[in-house]
Amino acid sequence: MSSFKVNVEAVLLPVFSVACALLLFGLFVAIGGHSPVEVWILLFKGAFGDSFSIQNTLQRAAPLMMTGLCVAIPARAGLTIIGGEGALVIGALACSALPYAFELPLNIWGTVIMLFAAAISGGLWIGLAGWMRQFRGINETISSLLLAYVAINIFRHFVEGPLRDPASLNKPSTFPLYASQLVGTIGQWDVHWGFAWGLLMCLCAGTWLGFTSNGFATRVVGGNPRAAGLVGLPSSRLVVCACILGGAAAGLAGGFEVAAVHTTANASVIAGLGYAGILVSFVARHQPWAIVPVAIVFGGFGAAGSMLQRRMGLPDASVQVLLGFAFVLILAMESIRGRIDWFNIFNSLRVSTKTHAV
Amino acid sequence: MRLARWKALEYQPVFKAQALVQQVFHPQPSLERLVMYQPNWNRRQLILNSSAIGAGLVASGLPSLVSAQSPLTVGFIYVGPRDDYGYNQAHAESAAALKAMPGIKVLEEENVPETQSVQKSMQGMITQDGASLLFPTSFGYFDPHILAVAPKNEKVRFAHCGGLWTEGKHPKNAASYFGYIDEGQYLNGVIAGHMSKSKKIGFIAAKPIPQVLRNINAFTMGARSVDPSITTTVIFTGDWSLPVKEAEATNSMADQGVDVFSMHVDSPKVIVETAARRGKFVCGYHANQSKLAPGAYLTGAEWNWIKAVTVMVDAAKSGKPHPNFVRGGLKDGFIKTSAYGSMVPEAARKNADDIKARMIKGSFDIFKGELKDNTGKTVIAKGAAFKQTAIELESMNYLVEGVIGKI
Repeated sequence: MSSFKVNVEAVLLPVFSVACALLLFGLFVAIGGHSPVEVWILLFKGAFGDSFSIQNTLQRAAPLMMTGLCVAIPARAGLTIIGGEGALVIGALACSALPYAFELPLNIWGTVIMLFAAAISGGLWIGLAGWMRQFRGINETISSLLLAYVAINIFRHFVEGPLRDPASLNKPSTFPLYASQLVGTIGQWDVHWGFAWGLLMCLCAGTWLGFTSNGFATRVVGGNPRAAGLVGLPSSRLVVCACILGGAAAGLAGGFEVAAVHTTANASVIAGLGYAGILVSFVARHQPWAIVPVAIVFGGFGAAGSMLQRRMGLPDASVQVLLGFAFVLILAMESIRGRIDWFNIFNSLRVSTKTHAV
Repeated sequence: MRLARWKALEYQPVFKAQALVQQVFHPQPSLERLVMYQPNWNRRQLILNSSAIGAGLVASGLPSLVSAQSPLTVGFIYVGPRDDYGYNQAHAESAAALKAMPGIKVLEEENVPETQSVQKSMQGMITQDGASLLFPTSFGYFDPHILAVAPKNEKVRFAHCGGLWTEGKHPKNAASYFGYIDEGQYLNGVIAGHMSKSKKIGFIAAKPIPQVLRNINAFTMGARSVDPSITTTVIFTGDWSLPVKEAEATNSMADQGVDVFSMHVDSPKVIVETAARRGKFVCGYHANQSKLAPGAYLTGAEWNWIKAVTVMVDAAKSGKPHPNFVRGGLKDGFIKTSAYGSMVPEAARKNADDIKARMIKGSFDIFKGELKDNTGKTVIAKGAAFKQTAIELESMNYLVEGVIGKI
C-alpha cells in the first residue's frame, strides 16, 4: 500500500473502532433501560458540546499527553516502560521540594526552574530503569513498575515527614508554592499551560523520531537491536536517552500537577495519570503525534462520563465499559490493518483473504 | 379521568422530542438559567415532571404546579464508588434521603479524583446543570479545588465535609460540616472491651493524621474503660483505599491474637470480611457493614450526614446566609451507632447505652485529664477536660496509653 493509504488507514481504523464502541455502548445502555440516542447526544455534548466541555476535555488531556510520551518514546527504542506514574510522582516531589533547598525567583523563572527540576528528576527515574536493563539485564517493564511503587513511597515519606507543612493537619502536604510561581491558564480559557507544553512535546517527539537521523537510529535500535549493533549504533546510549526523555515528559506532567493544579505536593497527585498514559500510548501505537488526538479523546471520555453521571444517573462504571469497548476494539482492529482497501471497501471485504496473501 | 391520563401519556413523546431538540440546538446554558436556577430540561426530568402532571391530572383534574416551580439543584461529588460500604456510601445515603424531599433535584458523580477533574465536575454541575448548592464530599477537594472554583461562582454555595473552613481566610460561599465520630468509636471500644477474650484489639488506619488519631484514641479508651489491661495494636496502611494492605494488616493482626477489629479507612469492606473469615469480631465505621458479616459485626460508628446536609439545604432554599461552620455529634444526630449484633451480651449493651445517654446529655467527655500518651508523657493535665468542640482536639498528635504503635 502507498504511504497515503497507510496514513488514511491509520486514521480510519481507530475512528471506525470508536464508532463501533459507541454502537455497542448504545446497545449496552438500551439493555439498561436508557435511550441510546440520548446517551450519544450527552456523550458528544459532554466532551465537545460547548466551550466549557471543550475546555474540560483539553484540560483532562494535558497530563495524559505527557504521561503517554513516557511510554511511547521508550517503546520506539524497544522498551515497554509502564512506570510513568513513578516519574510523575518524583517530578511532583522535586518541583515542590526545590523551594526548600533554594530561594527561587518569585516570577516565571522560578516556575521554569521548578519545572526543569521536575523534568530532570522524572527523566533520571525512568533513565534508571533503562540503565538497569541495558547494563544489568533487568527487565524494564517490571523494574519500572516496581520503581513506581518505590517513588510513591518516597513521595509519601517526604510529604508526610520531612517536607510536611505543619499547618496541613489532615491532608499532609508540602508548603504551598508562591502565587507568583504558579502556572496560569491559557488566556481566557480554563486550561492550564500544561496543555500547550504537552502538545509541543508530542510534536517535537514525533518530529525527532520521524525526521531526524538520531530519531531514526533510536527506531532502528527498537526495531532490531542486533542489526543496530552491527551497523555500529550506540544502542545502550540511545535506549537510555529515550528512557530519560520519556521520563522527563512524565516528570514534567507531575511538575504541572503541582505548579498548575495542586500548589503543593500531596497524595492527591497520585491519581493514576501515569498509568492512564500507558493506555493512551498503546492506543496511539506509540506515535507521538497520534498521542495528541488520542489523549484528547481520552479527556473527552472523562468529560463526557462526568456529564453522563450527572444527567442520566449512570454509575461511573458505565463509562469504564465504554472505554473498555473502545480499547478492545482498537486493539482488535490491528488484525485487519493492511488487509482492507478503504477506498474500495466492499470489494476488498470480499477478497480480503487474497489481499492478505499479497 | 381516563381521558386526562391518556392525554398525559400521549404528550410524553412530544416532550421527549422537544428535549432532544433543545439539547441539540441549545447546548450552551444561558446566563439567566445560571442566575435564576431554572430547571434544566433534560429528558429524565421531563418525564418525571410530565408524569407528575399526569398524576396531578388524575388526582385533581387540574395541572399541578410541580413543574412550574424551579427546584433547588444540589450536586454531590464522591471520591470513590458510592456503594463502598464506607465513606462515600455514607454521603450517598444522605443524597438519597435528599432526593426524596420535594423541590430538590440531586446530581451525583462518583469516582472523581482530587485533581482538575473535581474542579471540572463542580463547574460542570454549575454551568451545565444549574446547580446552586454543591457537596464535594472528599476531604482533599477543599484545598485547592473548592478554593479555586468558589470565588468564580459567588452565587453558588459549596458545603465541604471535613472541617477546613476558616473565618476570614476562606470564601463566604464555602462552608464545612463535620461530625464528632470519635464518640461512636468510643462506644465501639466499649463493646470491643466486653467482647475481647485475648485483651488484644486492633485498629487499621489510613494515615497518622489528627482525625484518625482521635478515633484510635477514643476506641482504645472505650475498651480500657471496661478493662485497663486491653491494648490496641495499630497498623497504618498509608492511604485511604488500599484493600490489599488492609487485608494483609487484618490477617497479620489476627495471627498475633487480635480478636476485635475496628478501622478508619475509606471502605471498611475488606477488613470486615477478612476479620469475619478469620472468626474475629469487628466494629464498623462510616456506614453500616453488618450485611457483610452478620455473625461478626458487633456495632459501628456511622455518619448520619442528612442532618448536616439539611442545614445547608434549608438555608439555601430560604435564602439565608450560608452556614459556614456546622458541627455535631451523637447529640445533634450527626452520628449514629449501628444496631448491636446478636452476640453482644446484655451487660455490654447496657454499659454502652449508659455512656451513649451521657454523651447525648453532654455530660461525658472522652478526652480528659490526666491522660498519658503511649510513651508515658502527660498530654492532658489532671483536671482538664476537653469538650468535643475544643480546637485542641483537632490537632491531636499522640497515641494514648494502651495503643501499640507509632506515629
